[in-house]
Amino acid sequence: MSGPGRGPVRPYVLTGGRARPRHRLSVETLLETVDAGGAGLPVTAGRHEQMLWRLCRHRLSVAETAAHLDLPVSVVTILACDLIEAGHLTTRSQAPQVELPDLDTLQEVLDGLRRRLSA
Amino acid sequence: MDSADDSAPEPRHLASTVDQAMKILIVGAFGVGKTTLVESVSEIAPLRTEETITRASAGVDDLAGIEGKTSTTVAMDFGRITLNSRMALYLFGAPGQRRFWDLWEGLVTGAIGLLVVVDTRRLEDSFDVLDQLDLRGLPFAVAVNHFPDSAGHDDADLRDALDLLPETPLVHLDARSRDSSTQALIALVQYAARLKAQEKVA
Repeated sequence: MSGPGRGPVRPYVLTGGRARPRHRLSVETLLETVDAGGAGLPVTAGRHEQMLWRLCRHRLSVAETAAHLDLPVSVVTILACDLIEAGHLTTRSQAPQVELPDLDTLQEVLDGLRRRLSA
Repeated sequence: MDSADDSAPEPRHLASTVDQAMKILIVGAFGVGKTTLVESVSEIAPLRTEETITRASAGVDDLAGIEGKTSTTVAMDFGRITLNSRMALYLFGAPGQRRFWDLWEGLVTGAIGLLVVVDTRRLEDSFDVLDQLDLRGLPFAVAVNHFPDSAGHDDADLRDALDLLPETPLVHLDARSRDSSTQALIALVQYAARLKAQEKVA
């Protein structure tokens, strides 16, 4: 496979050797860039962090960013956690619940799906 | 500067009002129509990402004297539906084979449930997946994907063959059709809502 995330660079190099994310992010967690004062990322930020930061200038899920950057979800999660910790990225959806979603939420999903059926 | 990225299509971002993301897992054996279903209902061209599952190796995978870990790379195809101004639904297609079950653990947290896609020409491919879901108590519905050369099956026979509980939804699906695929998702969400309602009463 080709792409920015493939090739000889191993995932643990991209993530600075860290293997465990510190924030609770799931594949569907929505991310958005924070650009306080329009200063952008520090020049020390890595190439993939820069790419992730640019990609999230509008809302996207963790899974979507992984697909667009051609990186495994686990790697993107760690990069995103670093950016969140440094205040350059934020989550725009709640952390995943352990339980089944509540009834009101499920009803909203049903309504949304039914609207998509052709008349 | 990143030539590979400059040529890549611009990602379809979500509206800035969307602040809730739901998910449903689509599981099933290889070639059963998971990706076709995702493609039929998704508002974005289906995307693919990879996840690595690492776990302590056991049994046959052990190399003598090496306390090792095994890594399996899983490709997931997924899509997205914006349900209303504040809610998006993600559909993740995940392979059903035994060696990928560890992946589900992470994926299934917070999910509405799983839609198990079944091919009647290879029913036995689904037995393992269904057993595992029963064991883990995860809400799931079964969608029988009809291929042109599928023989017709009676629902009672299918339920019997798949050993489904009477309450488990069984729907018939043409994964190429957006309406049919959406109906299958609706059956699953309705079932999840029934379970949730019962939970409240109990």
